Amino acid sequence: MAGLAAGSEGWSLVGLAQTWGGPDGALIIGQIRAPRTLGAWLTGALLGLAGATAQGLFRNPLADPYLLGSASGASLGVVLVLAASVLGGHAISPATADAVARLGLVSAAFAGALLGVLLTLTLARGAQQTTRLLLAGVVVGVVLSALSDLVTTAAPDALRGKQAFLLGSTGFLGWSSCVALAFGLVITLPLSWRLARALDALTLGIDSAHSLGLALPRVRLALVAALALATGLAVSQAGLIAFVGLVSPHLVRRFAPAPHGFTLVASAATGGTLLLMADVLARTLIAPQEVPVGVLTAMLGGSYLIWLLHRRRNS
Amino acid sequence: MTMLMARQVSVALGDTQALQRVSLAVRPGWTAIVGPNGAGKSTLLRVLAGLQRPDAGDVQLNGRPLAHWPLRERAMQMAWLAQQGEASGELTVREVVHLGRLPRLGLFSAPTEQDEARVDQAMADAECTPWQQRRLHELSGGERQRVLLARALAVGAPLLLLDEPTTHLDPPHQVALVRLVQRQVRAGTTVVSVLHDLSLALRADHLVVMDHGRICAEGSRDDPALHAALVGVFAGAIRIRSIDSHWLAMAHLED
Repeated sequence: MAGLAAGSEGWSLVGLAQTWGGPDGALIIGQIRAPRTLGAWLTGALLGLAGATAQGLFRNPLADPYLLGSASGASLGVVLVLAASVLGGHAISPATADAVARLGLVSAAFAGALLGVLLTLTLARGAQQTTRLLLAGVVVGVVLSALSDLVTTAAPDALRGKQAFLLGSTGFLGWSSCVALAFGLVITLPLSWRLARALDALTLGIDSAHSLGLALPRVRLALVAALALATGLAVSQAGLIAFVGLVSPHLVRRFAPAPHGFTLVASAATGGTLLLMADVLARTLIAPQEVPVGVLTAMLGGSYLIWLLHRRRNS
Repeated sequence: MTMLMARQVSVALGDTQALQRVSLAVRPGWTAIVGPNGAGKSTLLRVLAGLQRPDAGDVQLNGRPLAHWPLRERAMQMAWLAQQGEASGELTVREVVHLGRLPRLGLFSAPTEQDEARVDQAMADAECTPWQQRRLHELSGGERQRVLLARALAVGAPLLLLDEPTTHLDPPHQVALVRLVQRQVRAGTTVVSVLHDLSLALRADHLVVMDHGRICAEGSRDDPALHAALVGVFAGAIRIRSIDSHWLAMAHLED
């Protein structure tokens, strides 16, 4: 309801009723606001789940879902598609430009995100060592971002599109996006949840988890796959939305600390709710203009983490 | 009876040769591995537990190379207690101890009454039942160590490998730990522990003295040759005396 009532004239239940009764009510509510609302929740849920998985896997409360190179990979994918339309017939052949453009922004972002994670896994020689995996993720992130910058230098017109992508937006989420996002959640949530005991065991340390009979390389690989799919789908559909994945597990652990079985599900629910609320706020703060939701989540999430650090230092 | 044996094991950690062709057949009862810092004690224990792959040589459990054991079956044979620095997180004491049942339950099975009873027993043995609902990060170092010990006991394995189990424990709980280990041994468990406290180590049935990645001596706690080797690896900085029919290792402060 919160999402459905947010429109170009701000947030209003009366406005929602009027829109619903108006001539384009079914179109505005059914084809624009409803998929955007559901899509925002699903995107946030995937990011929250990915954040809780990453923090458990890397045994680091500051681990971010994007740290395996998915964000920079998705960004590069988007830039390549945008640049192809500009460079077609010049730096690259029209056929290549056409093939890349046909991939579409969303598919290119998804393919780029998965490619980023695959590169990280290759560089880290699998998922056997989390430290190596983290370092490889950082390296891949830097290299792919540099490539992205290189492409935008050659095709400056792609820069604007890249910037819009980096800001993150739920404005383009339609029913097809919702289907893709829901598909991702249906796959990744049960997969991560089934491995929750392994994440619990990892809190005791790598050696202890190994001594409990866990096949850690296989467990890590499955978790990285879930992480890659969740972040790849989220980032391809809504761009780079910061801090939701980082903050959601923190909130869950703070208010309802529990084993990972609960934390994963609750982080997904919290992430969905956070992004939905941020989206409503982004649409209503300066209506009829919109604040990019990624900017808003970065500001709110960053403020929360600063407050958390301040509070911990004082205690 | 569970048999654990290392044969000609060598391990290099970076440029350091942590273990050099070490062979050890773990005897029934309680074996304490002692020696100065950097002697290779913890590395040997990690190799015995299958947590460190040796560069040369092999480890056999019940006559079968450790690497050939399915991980869960191996985990049911050997419980491991790490030095506690790594443990963290939001789990309650009971949830942590419950992880000891992971080798039997796997990732998907629900715990049975037998599992719950084993968890209760392990917490009672390690004296951490009263705070079973507290979270691990809320506990003191000594309390956490007892919880992690309970987690190792909850496995119910015939072999217990303990790396510095007395770290952070106050004297009464060090004594309680020794008594607990002795009870486990009487119940048929084989215990191997790395210990810095030599007086506690001299309560073990069997001692292994290490220095520079090699085993210098092995023997019973009453063996004078073992005592001499122990004094030797610590460069004469300790003396071993018998008080009330117990061996005590004391710092030798006189010039």
